[in-house]
Amino acid sequence: MVEFAQTEDVVQEATRKDYEFGFVTEIESEFAPPGLNEEVIRFISGKKNEPKWMLDWRLECFSEWKQMEDPNWAFVQFPPINYQDYYYYAAPKKDEDAPKSLDEVDPKLLETYEKLGIPLHERAALAGVAVDAVFDSVSVATTFREKLHDVGVIFCSISEAIQEHPGLVQKYLGSVVPRSDNFFASLNSAVFSDGTFVYIPKGVRCPMELSTYFRINAAKTGQFERTLIIADEGSYVSYLEGCTAPMRDENQLHAAVVELVAHDDAEIKYSTVQNWYPGDENGKGGIYNFVTKRGACRGKNSKISWTQVETGSAITWKYPSCILEGDNSVGEFYSVALTNNYQQADTGTKMIHIGRNTSSTIISKGISAGHAQNTYRGLVKVLGSAEGARNYTQCDSLLIGERCGAHTVPYIETSNQTARVEHEATTSKISDDQLFYVMQRGLSAEDAVGLIVNGYCKEVLKELPMEFAVEAQKLLSVSLEGSVG
Amino acid sequence: MLSVRNLHAEIEGKKILKGLNLDLGFGEVHAIMGPNGSGKSTLSYLLAGRPGYEVTQGEIYYKGKNLLELSVEDRSGEGVFLAFQYPVEIPGVSGMSFLRNSLNSVRKYRGQEELSAAEFLKLARGKASELGIDQVMLNRPVNVGFSGGEKKRNEVLQMALLEPSLALLDETDSGLDIDALKIVSDGFNALRSPDRSALVITHYQRLLNHIVPDKVHVLAQGRIIETGGKDLAMELEEKGYGMLGIQDGELEVS
Repeated sequence: MVEFAQTEDVVQEATRKDYEFGFVTEIESEFAPPGLNEEVIRFISGKKNEPKWMLDWRLECFSEWKQMEDPNWAFVQFPPINYQDYYYYAAPKKDEDAPKSLDEVDPKLLETYEKLGIPLHERAALAGVAVDAVFDSVSVATTFREKLHDVGVIFCSISEAIQEHPGLVQKYLGSVVPRSDNFFASLNSAVFSDGTFVYIPKGVRCPMELSTYFRINAAKTGQFERTLIIADEGSYVSYLEGCTAPMRDENQLHAAVVELVAHDDAEIKYSTVQNWYPGDENGKGGIYNFVTKRGACRGKNSKISWTQVETGSAITWKYPSCILEGDNSVGEFYSVALTNNYQQADTGTKMIHIGRNTSSTIISKGISAGHAQNTYRGLVKVLGSAEGARNYTQCDSLLIGERCGAHTVPYIETSNQTARVEHEATTSKISDDQLFYVMQRGLSAEDAVGLIVNGYCKEVLKELPMEFAVEAQKLLSVSLEGSVG
Repeated sequence: MLSVRNLHAEIEGKKILKGLNLDLGFGEVHAIMGPNGSGKSTLSYLLAGRPGYEVTQGEIYYKGKNLLELSVEDRSGEGVFLAFQYPVEIPGVSGMSFLRNSLNSVRKYRGQEELSAAEFLKLARGKASELGIDQVMLNRPVNVGFSGGEKKRNEVLQMALLEPSLALLDETDSGLDIDALKIVSDGFNALRSPDRSALVITHYQRLLNHIVPDKVHVLAQGRIIETGGKDLAMELEEKGYGMLGIQDGELEVS
């Protein structure tokens, strides 16, 4: 078969679309002084009226962080970041007390979330989904709290949890991602401003999907959210996060830490639809997304499942991982990472098998278009104690066009002879034949590419909660505009 | 319906069509036969708008429109349908989802309302059972792991749903056993009507026992060198292309 130069043009055209959520909310904000020093950390802690133990923890993290260096092993390139250039705290101005009900939330904020497709008024909200809305450095609203409270589920911002549930926070914060774990995790530990806290009590199946919607609005601001989810014995929760940011020419920094803890027989399903501003078609602007996500399957028969659809950010550096401590515990990682134009993604997972008969599944779909670089980086580690451990890994890469790259860097380390570890990998392209076939059936190039890519990602998309699967499918099509071949 | 005038076309500088003329009236079915490499598939690709072919001379008018100016998907919307010789696999996309996307795209182009999931399901199931297509097949990814017969039946199902006015059948009989050939032909014949036309490209006369053409053309060396009725196909089957002074495999481009 002949290769057609035209196909690429068609795909170029098909994938060029504006970032839909690039608007800026004009709202008066309050900032910490720019830059990073002890005073700023005291300012953030003071704003939140934190207890001394929390401030001390932050300050210790900060002094540790100052000794650390940026990691340089990922396959991403960017000019050195001057951490003094950012604001570490930005919050919409409001009266001293946090809004007690949605009616007290600034209408401009409600409108912003409305525009993002996340109505916060409960009567208009997605049925069966509770939302914590985080705007820059603060949580502005959390829905369905009463309903959740009735069954004992705690769903609130981390700032509130520090006040209201200090015992739980102190017990679990930093227990999965140690505060000196890595450069970005330490930075987050020092300056995190808000995020979500979830506690599901023993035996409770959370009656609705929980979600956090992150929005970076203010210029030159870093968002450092901290999420902590604890599923006590025999409980279940499905949690989803979404994220967007305005189009700005300078790069914005997002360094989050997410910690999950699953006790005996508990299950946590964590889904991400990441749509941070990816920068323009020439690679200008966009979010630097440096995120540490890790779950500990502490109890026997526990399960943690990560599903991520990553379409945004200029740079993604992210490895949601599972530490399988409990016997028979299960870790899963389902990922679609799509990069277009000059986006770079280095993402994957770590599955650490410690308990007996632990098992893990990794399904990764990397899609690269334009000049983008997309790397899967993963570690499957089986310790000597992990008798009967099993892992299955499948890494597929799809290339669109001639100028992008796909890379796979899997590490496998086993110290137990009974372990069974499988790794499969493929690299493919959208063929001219496929495009022509689908377009002959009436679909535009744009729709044809979207259909083919969605089919390619199906194994991962089917893991998303129903409410978000449709959104993710649309997002994949939109994000590809202008970059497949 | 279709008028091709003095068509010259090449791919990567290689001349394939060299002055082809063809007229297809409303409701007519014409067969195109010819040796390997004579340009039969090129003609169908050109009509459907496959990228990579360059028309250096000549014109194609379809229902009064300059076909060469229309994009691939617009031609589909205008009712040009190509039943592929080698239908393409689309992993992860179910047959149902593909058919619905396709039908609704074409309906949208034609200014018709898109069908709801329920309406579509009913329609597709009806057409599928007429063609002896199992429901299970429609839930499988498009053409993935299909047998030759299943792929061709699936092409005819798409045709039945899209109701084209110009159907191009590119060696639809290849890879079919006798039973499948009958099912596919019956499916096609059920679609014949005074406002629908078709070009049936084939190597073998046997398909034309099932799909009876109004005319048979022989395409060789880039143009139509002989035109006749159904009998011409019978004669060719018997005597080979040698009777027209040409040899199979004379040109190598597919």
